[in-house]
Amino acid sequence: MAKKRDQHSEEPSVPDREVYELHPLGDAAVLIRLGDMIDRRTNERVNAIMAKLAQDPIPGMIECVPAYTSVTVHYDPIRVHKLHTRAVQPSGSLYDSVCAMLEERMASIGPAAQAASRIVEIPVLYGGEQGPDLQYVADYHGLSVEEVVQLHSGGDYLVYMIGFAPGFPYMGGLPPRLATPRRATPRTTIPAGSVGIGGAQTGVYSLATPGGWHIIGRTPLALFRPDGTPPSYLAAGDSVKFRSISEEEYDQLAQEVLA
Amino acid sequence: MSLYVHRPGLLTTIQDRGRYGMQQYGIPVSGAMDASAPRIANALAGNNEEEAVLEVTLQGPEVSFEHGMLIAIAGGDLMPAINGMPVPMYRPVYVAQGARLTFRGCREGCRSYVAVAGGLDVPVVLGSRSTYLRAAIGGVEGRALKAGDRVGIRNGGCTLPGSSAYRLEQILALAASMAGQPFASVDWFAPPLADYRRKVIRIVPGTHYRYLTEESRNRLVRQPFAVAPQSDRMGYRLSAEELSLQAPLELLSEAVVNGTIQLPQDGQPIILLADRQTTGGYPRIAQVATADLPVMAQYKPGDRFGFQLVSHEEAERLLIDHEQDWIRLRMAISLKMKEWGR
Repeated sequence: MAKKRDQHSEEPSVPDREVYELHPLGDAAVLIRLGDMIDRRTNERVNAIMAKLAQDPIPGMIECVPAYTSVTVHYDPIRVHKLHTRAVQPSGSLYDSVCAMLEERMASIGPAAQAASRIVEIPVLYGGEQGPDLQYVADYHGLSVEEVVQLHSGGDYLVYMIGFAPGFPYMGGLPPRLATPRRATPRTTIPAGSVGIGGAQTGVYSLATPGGWHIIGRTPLALFRPDGTPPSYLAAGDSVKFRSISEEEYDQLAQEVLA
Repeated sequence: MSLYVHRPGLLTTIQDRGRYGMQQYGIPVSGAMDASAPRIANALAGNNEEEAVLEVTLQGPEVSFEHGMLIAIAGGDLMPAINGMPVPMYRPVYVAQGARLTFRGCREGCRSYVAVAGGLDVPVVLGSRSTYLRAAIGGVEGRALKAGDRVGIRNGGCTLPGSSAYRLEQILALAASMAGQPFASVDWFAPPLADYRRKVIRIVPGTHYRYLTEESRNRLVRQPFAVAPQSDRMGYRLSAEELSLQAPLELLSEAVVNGTIQLPQDGQPIILLADRQTTGGYPRIAQVATADLPVMAQYKPGDRFGFQLVSHEEAERLLIDHEQDWIRLRMAISLKMKEWGR
């Protein structure tokens, strides 16, 4: 991507933008690997590839799944095979054909293809019944409860990917001062909407599931929306701000969600 | 018109070919564990291969048909019976109004698929009728069937008037009523596409295969693995002598696929299947060849099997062969139905 082909381009050559590797993931998917570090730059590249393939999918493509440092392209080998048999010079494996088609797309991804990042606000009622571990997190770091809330809601978060459960965001950007080792014993059930800290990560449980993160609050918003288009409130590449809300506002928003 | 559930069985869900296009939002694909059997069952019931079917697991349900209709059963042999009389699999079967389908036990395999003419009618959620229990979507209210459920059937459970399936249904209905039997079938059958007796699952190396110790690479293809009791639609846990990596790998979560073989720290591999999460962070030591997934899906807890490493090209070839077998079988079924429906 952003491979410097045009000699007249004003864009300075940035070697790391060009590097990617293709790996098979079984016989029906290709993984495009962009690196092995979590950073915003890589995330932008991931988003640019997602945008490119949404707009110009390769034949036989089923869907793409973004992750921290990769995009996986799921394809239907049978559809690729049909193209293959129609081709003038069928040669090599189906995987090779898929890679060739992907390389073509990758070569034409410019910086302009980057999707603009959305900024999404998530209202959170911190502490109390909704955030049973807020006091623990504060004590662990020698902070007051108010300081934890201020730090957490003051952070700029980025959604790197959605996974683990429908609508569950893997987010970066937790202030390092709030990083807290996971609970020794996971809770058997954590209500949907719970906002937690697990190690250096923060996230929002999109479904009621077991989990080992420290729960510091809850949002009345539904992150998984089976009737929605898309069905996830957040998407990879979103910027997230948490906003501390009162019990009254929580109740009001919760009622609006139900309505 | 509908199916009425008297007893739900161990785990009976509604599945179709899966929920695609939503994995980037964390929504699993789901769909029938054995993707090959529902295609055949649907074809034999006069349906498109995409129609939703019942996926019956180990201990089957007891269901009755609220009017006479054409059905077909394929996949694992759970000894299906209608009003207590054994009913053949892999054939179109006309069942009379009020007849009761039961399953008497597990003779071979783990999952049986019941297609009914028209296809099961539950709401399409995010592009699919497949049940995904963890998020409670698809199927009947996002859950397994329970006693008292009434499952609707598309087109009122009717074959398309004028189609060969329609004429076949008429003939079999007449045959059943003349013989005073609760069902009637044909004297031919469609063979399974998958070789369910296969005890060797073909795999291709995964992203982290090369990090396995040499001993573990040998073990992977030489020792038998058993399907552990905690296995489910999300994945099969295997038990055998543990496999290990040369050094622990710290990985970031990324996409996984149907048949990804992960190796968690305890050294016991997990094969991800229909209800797998969309992403995972464990080392991926191998991938099951897509063509062998239907065979895998019919293994039950306690079953033992081995792995055979094949090249990527070989896995592709197996899949293409499988598809060509299917196209031939579909044509043969269609010809037989025409012949019978004349």
